[in-house]
Amino acid sequence: MAKKATRESYGTALVTYGADKNIIVLDADLSKSTKTDMFKKAYPDRFINMGIAEGNMMSVAAGIASTGKTVFASSFAMFAAGRAFEQIRNSIAYPNLNVKIGATHAGISVGEDGATHQCLEDIALMRSLPNMIIINPADDIEAQLAVKAAIDHKGPVYMRFARLAVDDINPADYKFELGKGVTLSEGNDVTIIATGLMVAEALKAKDILSNEGISARVINIHTIKPIDEDIITKAAKETGAIVTCEEHYIMGGLGSAVCEVVCKNCPVPVKIIGTDRFGKSGKPAELFEEYGLTAENIVEQVKEIIKLK
Amino acid sequence: MEKKRVLELSIIANKVRKNALTAVYTPGSGHPGGSLSIADVLTLLYFEIMNIDPKNPADPDRDRFVLSKGHTAPALYSVLAERGFFPVEDVKTFRNIHSYLQGHPDMKGVPGVDMSTGSLGQGISAAGGMAIAGKLDKKSYRVYAIIGDGESEEGQVWEQAMFAAHYKLDNFTVFVDFNGLQIDGDVKEVMNPTPLDKKFEAFGWHVITCSAHDFNELYDAIEEAKNTKGKPTAIIMNSIKGKNVSFMENNAAWHGSAPNKEQYEQAIKELDTLIEKLEVEYNG
Repeated sequence: MAKKATRESYGTALVTYGADKNIIVLDADLSKSTKTDMFKKAYPDRFINMGIAEGNMMSVAAGIASTGKTVFASSFAMFAAGRAFEQIRNSIAYPNLNVKIGATHAGISVGEDGATHQCLEDIALMRSLPNMIIINPADDIEAQLAVKAAIDHKGPVYMRFARLAVDDINPADYKFELGKGVTLSEGNDVTIIATGLMVAEALKAKDILSNEGISARVINIHTIKPIDEDIITKAAKETGAIVTCEEHYIMGGLGSAVCEVVCKNCPVPVKIIGTDRFGKSGKPAELFEEYGLTAENIVEQVKEIIKLK
Repeated sequence: MEKKRVLELSIIANKVRKNALTAVYTPGSGHPGGSLSIADVLTLLYFEIMNIDPKNPADPDRDRFVLSKGHTAPALYSVLAERGFFPVEDVKTFRNIHSYLQGHPDMKGVPGVDMSTGSLGQGISAAGGMAIAGKLDKKSYRVYAIIGDGESEEGQVWEQAMFAAHYKLDNFTVFVDFNGLQIDGDVKEVMNPTPLDKKFEAFGWHVITCSAHDFNELYDAIEEAKNTKGKPTAIIMNSIKGKNVSFMENNAAWHGSAPNKEQYEQAIKELDTLIEKLEVEYNG
């Protein structure tokens, strides 16, 4: 299988599921990058270019949704969750309107564009909003099914897509269930919980650990909010230590969400792998290396945390 | 409009003013000044212009109204109550923890409120969204919004101004409540947003300037907006903040503070006197 970026999957899914005339797609002059241009080509009458005005886009999306439509509003994660945070909060989340935010170019894997375009706080921002659902898919099929799930859910959804083309990690017959984590590999010594592109690294880490006699469970959390408390609590109880991994700041993302669950239900040591500084320009693989978002670093952190059990 | 109809609307508008003051007085907080300045246009919209039904507030074909200057919710709640969307007595529960009448309009909780607003600049955008949705669905409903003159200092207002003109939203009419005052004082001293007419014109809007307190001028302006094709219309309403309460008129101090008992009673007395006078004229 050829590598595919989840933003590409977003565009593909909008075409697949966008035949429904109730669906409207907005973009803020980035349709070629967010891939909403695929929808524009297929259904030009239901695509609205908002120009470079993300705040207005989010409130317009709310107004359109108030008439009963399903509205997708797309931009880079930085300018959707970041620039337009307060519009998302007050125009979309507070009135619980049916707007799906398609945020592409999330995380450090944006690469060469550097810090201003590498959104590493969107999960934290969106997680703080009542009514908001957050999905961070790991590969093509998961991303496409996430779009379908977002359409089926009535209310605001934040979908986090990446720029970097990646391999599939899920099988072709994969079933996506909103709010449910996926155990990709059973294990007893430790649990690695990852989201988005880091799921692939978690699987590689599991293989390395296995060769060294450590049995690691791997869980893919695609829905960060609401988070699957059961699968996390079970992992804490059965493996006694957790390492999380995400392309996000350590504060407020997947790791924080996992800690909130573990603290409440079954306190065990948790190590959060993420960043604590702004991004920078570079190739995605180089950046993953520099920021510790690699299978090797996961392995290292697993070995450290097992000592705390 | 006929003189009798204008008198009827004037009486209703001043009842709306009384209710709005009662709404603010009861919890001891809220925004009376800008509520009094928009009472006339709200009354005209809800009692004469808009295609709405208090018994069916979610009718998909209804005209929409968005109070982008959401802090003047007391006026909106009062006109909705007078129009029959909910009991008039309920305005006394404004801002109470047990009430559905939130400090700023909440579309989920209040019948007749078409958009949750309060954060300035967002309501006008949402209203533009409703207008383009109407165009996409080839529906004939119209969308109205009121922004404040101070609110026009928000950049988002001009993002929406660009959008509505670009997509030729001639089903969209925005009123600017040009009362000249914002919280910190005279709008021209705080951050001069004028000339608003030339700005909207430059963004591609049809612009009409009229009095906010003359029903015939307002009615004619709205009719002109309806007949304007290919562009949205901005109606710059010259208004008086605190209108019809002598000590509140043109005083920025009444932007966001509630009257005490004595002031409230004085205000109600002035409005009652005015309503009595209008009723005599109406019956005579």
